[in-house]
Amino acid sequence: MASSFEPRIVVFACNWCSYAGMDLAGTSRMLYPANLRVVRLMCSGRLEPEHILYAFKAGADGVLVTGCHPGDCHYISGNYKTRKRIRLLEQLLAQFGLEKERLRLEWISASEGELFTRIAKEFIEKIRSLGPSPLKQEGLFAPLITVAAAGGGGE
Amino acid sequence: MKVAEEPKVGVYVCHCGVNIASVVNVKAVVEYASTLPNVEVAKDYPFMCSDPGQNIVIEDIKSKGLNRIVVASCSPRMHEPTFRKALERAGLNPYLLEMANIREHCSWVHEKQPQEATEKAKDLVAAAVAKARMLKPLETIKMPAVKRALVIGGGVAGIRAALDIANSGFEVYLVETRPSIGGNMARLDKTFPTLDCSQCILTPMMVEVAQHPNIKLLTYSEVKSIDGSVGNFTVKILKKPRYVKEDVCTGCGVCEQKCPYTVPSEFNLGLGKRKVIYFEFPQAVPLKPVLDRENCVYFKKGTCRACEKFCPTKAIDYTQQPQEITVDVGAIILATGYGLYDVKSKMPEYRYGLSKNVITGLELERLTSATGPTKGHILRPGDKKEPKDVAIILCVGSRDEKHLDYCCRFGCVAGIKHAYYIVSHIPDARVTICYTDIRAFGKGYEDFYARIRSLDNVQFIRGRPMEVFEDSNGSLYFDVFDQNTNRLIRLNPDLVVLETGVVPDPSFEQIATVLKCSRGPDGFALELHPKLRPTETSVDGVFLAGVVQGPKDIPDTVAQAGAAAASAIALLSRGEVESVPNVASVNQELCSGCGVCEPICPYTAIVLEARNGGRVAKVEATKCKGCGACAAACPSGAMTQLGFEDKQIIPQLEVLAKGR
Amino acid sequence: MSKPKVAIVLGSTCAGCDYSLLDLGPTVADVLASVEIVYWPTGADFKLSDLESVPDGSVALTLYEGAITNSDNEELAKLVRRKSKAVVAYGSCACFGGIPGLANVSTAKDIMKTAYVETWSSDNKEGQLPQPLSKVNGKHLELPVTYDTIRALDQVIPVEYYMPGCPPPLSYIEQALVAALSGKLPPPGYVFASERSLCDECKRTKEKKNLTAIKRFHEIIPDSQRCLLEQGILCMGPATRGGCKAPCVDNNIPCRGCMGPTPEALDQGAKMLSALASILALDMESGVSEDRLIPLIQQVKDPLGTFYRFGLPKSMFRRVIPRR
Repeated sequence: MASSFEPRIVVFACNWCSYAGMDLAGTSRMLYPANLRVVRLMCSGRLEPEHILYAFKAGADGVLVTGCHPGDCHYISGNYKTRKRIRLLEQLLAQFGLEKERLRLEWISASEGELFTRIAKEFIEKIRSLGPSPLKQEGLFAPLITVAAAGGGGE
Repeated sequence: MKVAEEPKVGVYVCHCGVNIASVVNVKAVVEYASTLPNVEVAKDYPFMCSDPGQNIVIEDIKSKGLNRIVVASCSPRMHEPTFRKALERAGLNPYLLEMANIREHCSWVHEKQPQEATEKAKDLVAAAVAKARMLKPLETIKMPAVKRALVIGGGVAGIRAALDIANSGFEVYLVETRPSIGGNMARLDKTFPTLDCSQCILTPMMVEVAQHPNIKLLTYSEVKSIDGSVGNFTVKILKKPRYVKEDVCTGCGVCEQKCPYTVPSEFNLGLGKRKVIYFEFPQAVPLKPVLDRENCVYFKKGTCRACEKFCPTKAIDYTQQPQEITVDVGAIILATGYGLYDVKSKMPEYRYGLSKNVITGLELERLTSATGPTKGHILRPGDKKEPKDVAIILCVGSRDEKHLDYCCRFGCVAGIKHAYYIVSHIPDARVTICYTDIRAFGKGYEDFYARIRSLDNVQFIRGRPMEVFEDSNGSLYFDVFDQNTNRLIRLNPDLVVLETGVVPDPSFEQIATVLKCSRGPDGFALELHPKLRPTETSVDGVFLAGVVQGPKDIPDTVAQAGAAAASAIALLSRGEVESVPNVASVNQELCSGCGVCEPICPYTAIVLEARNGGRVAKVEATKCKGCGACAAACPSGAMTQLGFEDKQIIPQLEVLAKGR
Repeated sequence: MSKPKVAIVLGSTCAGCDYSLLDLGPTVADVLASVEIVYWPTGADFKLSDLESVPDGSVALTLYEGAITNSDNEELAKLVRRKSKAVVAYGSCACFGGIPGLANVSTAKDIMKTAYVETWSSDNKEGQLPQPLSKVNGKHLELPVTYDTIRALDQVIPVEYYMPGCPPPLSYIEQALVAALSGKLPPPGYVFASERSLCDECKRTKEKKNLTAIKRFHEIIPDSQRCLLEQGILCMGPATRGGCKAPCVDNNIPCRGCMGPTPEALDQGAKMLSALASILALDMESGVSEDRLIPLIQQVKDPLGTFYRFGLPKSMFRRVIPRR
């Protein structure tokens, strides 16, 4: 069962650094598994925590957020906003009970195709080992779980 | 304006020859695409970017009334502009295009997984269609550009670029940190492969710069800050005091003669001395001396004032202060050049800095130059004797995974030239060149190499010495394994010349940071495309000339400087720049004026206006660069980024996260 | 012409919304005179059978207050749906799950255990919990089944209108009742609240949004004139619909978000989280290292409780994932 699980991973990339770095991985024919689906934004600063929640809700097993290295943002400070948002979102996701490894923030420059490939492989493997997102578990939102079934009661 | 026009999507899947089609089942993707909502037509073609490929799209837009286009091909960073133009030619707003990257992000990285790659390609196409259905036409705003350029760095690259721009009729500011322009090329004695005198070919250009009515030369000056963007940069430049009134000084040189104090000369790389008030070199441009405050006895003790006493035009001014100059420019050319790899601290095994008779190639240039410390006589620094046995080691720090993994691109031929310096100045000397590979790729380089290799007193050994030793008499020796003869050879040279690796000039780091110009892992500027856009940077209106982009020899440097100048000229003569289409946009009906967005914007493009006793945000579209950080911060969703609206991102996510 | 039928029903609620009807003052009397109340158990001695007995689809307007926390609430909601032409999710609990919705951080079993076994005052050594069906003296005793996941009303039945607020602002109650009386109800989906966030009606002066210290409410007495968020107090106003005329902030109390998300928001909590993170340490964000950033972020003590106080069941995740 676990072996048939193919993680579905949504990647957010900024146009100038990480998306270009992913392009470079392609141009250099660096191979990585086909589990990633990239959403291109102009800047990681456009990414909203809402988008990440939506991706998880819609079925992503993992979300990889990428942007320019600190100090390198094409738009001066977008990646700093991203960093703060992600770090606060991590606190929230922990409260929601989602494994923290399912959301990852990485800085990838336009020249780091190799780094991206390594991160992609690593992340896919990590998510594979975690298994499907718990948000996809059967009956999570089913309202009815009787107390009796939960045990502890008497006749 | 048409309201709520029903989307009619055309999907075009590119084979890219075999680049996509050999991995992704293009037919299956097309078949799948045709089942997607609002897709009117789905087609494939071997090269969508070709004229016939684009014509298919244009024809379909016209004949089928398509109003949204999805192209599944290479990265949008590659061909998005191409297809946008095709849409425009078909009479459609160019921003009604969405691309699916099924090459860089799919076929090329999943070569061994054709089935998975095909499924991924379908997902990417479906997501692109999902977004395309929600796209809206976008407009750009044209703004006037300042018709003036700034060139940072006064080496041969900066000089060439400044002259080209000036000659085409535009004003140029040329900023150089040293007291004179000329850069590293001014230090060279001769240039390979033609062996013409470096200064003889450079100084006429330097003089032209000084005399050109369109060039404002700012030497001994540093760029402090750069604000704004393409077409409208505001640059603050700090002009350091020379303590010499440039408008009064005639450059007679009496002050330099009369100055009683000397210090090591930077221009001669410490090999000779200069006065405390000095010209950087005899042909310096501008030909105005500089008083080195740090070493001046007047500034230290209040005495001396010899220069002031003897100056015939009363040009000395000890009260000069640093001056901040603000200039507005439309384009910037970076030509900050290079420095040498720090062999002294990073590679002590070569004894550079430990033994006086181990020198760099650039130092040998100064020892050979008629304007150098030895007046053109090659004398070894240790004992001022003519060296008779010289070893030249190539690739010192270059092509070495422990140091710089890239090639310096001129060390080999420079080393060969240096062998020529030795044997032409000292006919009975012997030279041994220890090389890794000889890379003599430029025009005429191979001939030059063959000519020097045929000399009896120049020997080539293929091998890298591990370490240079010095015995108790101060004699140098080292072993090198000759790969051609499989023998270990011991050499006892009396002078070792290191052809050192090349790094970006240290000043570039700060400039790259203020400009937000990307740098590669080696620290050199990252060009927009390594082949097709080698002179452009990720920052619009900022261009690259010379070694700032990566090591290169003089012909390549000058060629790139010309290309950078041409790009800048094109921008200046257009006279206007276009705003980005993907600007932030606020729905004022929904905005409550909370003010979260305003401090987020790095370009102060958001203002809060008064409204009925409250406030409302307003975006100044010409200032907005389109990052979307405000849209992501807006707590109510009143702010969005055109082309990246929630309504466009969410459908994309739905497909990509959920699958089909 | 007969008077329009109106029902006011209660799910899992504190009945605060119900009491707020009384704040209408004399208007209540006018309203009561011009409608026929078919069911209002807190207003008079109605029985469920009273509602069951009216013809299906005959009730012009039903105000449903409270969340759906158990099978009883769900049955009532379905009954109401059958009987009514228009249903209003009345109050934050019906709209978004409200305070009862916070139970979605836990499970029914754990809540029961806390309530009946683990509390300080419990005397229940056997650990007995209420059962849906139990035999007492040879007779069956039936209790509603408590759900693990609390829902808002529209997660159980289709709803025409939303009137958020804890309790809803009087002006909207009046507006809805008048509209129902005149037969001029707005189009379905309408939310009786402002389209803009609370800041639109907040009178406080706003300067620069740049927080370094987040203050918990007990730590400072806020300046009564200046934006609370700018003083470091987590005010949900920017991410919360207005319409209430800001009574809390007028009394120096931060908005806690009861009016729910703004029209464009998919997730009220995520929106506020993003806004807050964006302006947190704004002046030092570029210089601050990752390890110094975390403590700044951790000043937000309970993001889930803060950002989803009234809206957890309608948030993107709806509930906390139970530990497996």
